[in-house]
Amino acid sequence: MALTIATRELDGVTILDLSGRITLGEGAVQLREAIRELIGKGVKKILVGLGEVNYIDSSGLGELVSSYTTAKNQGADLKLLNLTKKVKDVLQVTKLYTVFDIFDDEASAIASFK
Amino acid sequence: MDSVAEVEQAVEKLTLDAGLDEDESFRVVMAAREAAVNAVLHGNAYDPNKQIAVSLENNGKSLIIKISDQGEGLDPDTLPDPLAPENLLRGTGRGIFLIRSFLDEVHFRQLHPGTELTLVKHLTPPAESNS
Repeated sequence: MALTIATRELDGVTILDLSGRITLGEGAVQLREAIRELIGKGVKKILVGLGEVNYIDSSGLGELVSSYTTAKNQGADLKLLNLTKKVKDVLQVTKLYTVFDIFDDEASAIASFK
Repeated sequence: MDSVAEVEQAVEKLTLDAGLDEDESFRVVMAAREAAVNAVLHGNAYDPNKQIAVSLENNGKSLIIKISDQGEGLDPDTLPDPLAPENLLRGTGRGIFLIRSFLDEVHFRQLHPGTELTLVKHLTPPAESNS
C-alpha cells in the first residue's frame, strides 16, 4: 500500500496524518514534497502522525531525517506522533529515537509546540 | 523496483512458513528488502542489462537468504558508522547497518563481477516440555 498524506491544522500546528509505507519509490518522495511544500509556505510547527505507517525502510528513515533537518534549518519544528511498533523498532535501532521529539498522544504533542 | 517487491513477498512467505512471529518476520523481510534495494540501486546501478540473483532456503535450523548483484563490488568495511554523532543526521547510509542489526549472521562475498550477501536468521526451536 502506497503512502497517503492527509493534512489538517490544530491550534496553529500543521498535522500530517500518514498512512501506508514510507519506502524507496513508495512514499519517501511524497513525504519529502509534502514537508517542503509546508516549509515553503512558512509553516513553523509540523507534527507528523505515523500511527498508520506499517512499514518504513532506510530510504524512508532518510527522508524523515532530511525533513527534520530541513525544518530545523528553516526555523521550523518537526515532531513525530504515534509510532507503530515496527517504526519505533527501526528508530530505536538506528538511534534516531534520540533525535526526534516523539509523542504518544496528540494533545501533548500540540501543547509541546507552545 | 518490481524485483525488490518480489523478493520482499517471497521472503515474507519464507519467514511465515518457518513460524516466525510478526515482529521477527518484519525484521528479516526488511533486511532482505534493504539487500535487494542495494543490489538493484547501488550494485547494478539500475542497469537493465544486469540482474540480481536471489535464493531462499530453510534448512530447519536457519533461514538463509542469498542476494547477489553484477555491480562493481562493495567493501563493507569502508562504510561509515550511521550511529556516529557526525552521521546520525545523514539522509543515507543505514541500509547495511539495518541488515546487520536484524539478522543473526551477514556475510559478504565478492564475485567477479558483483557482490553476494548471505543473510542468516537462526530459527529458535520450540521450548521442550519438562512434564
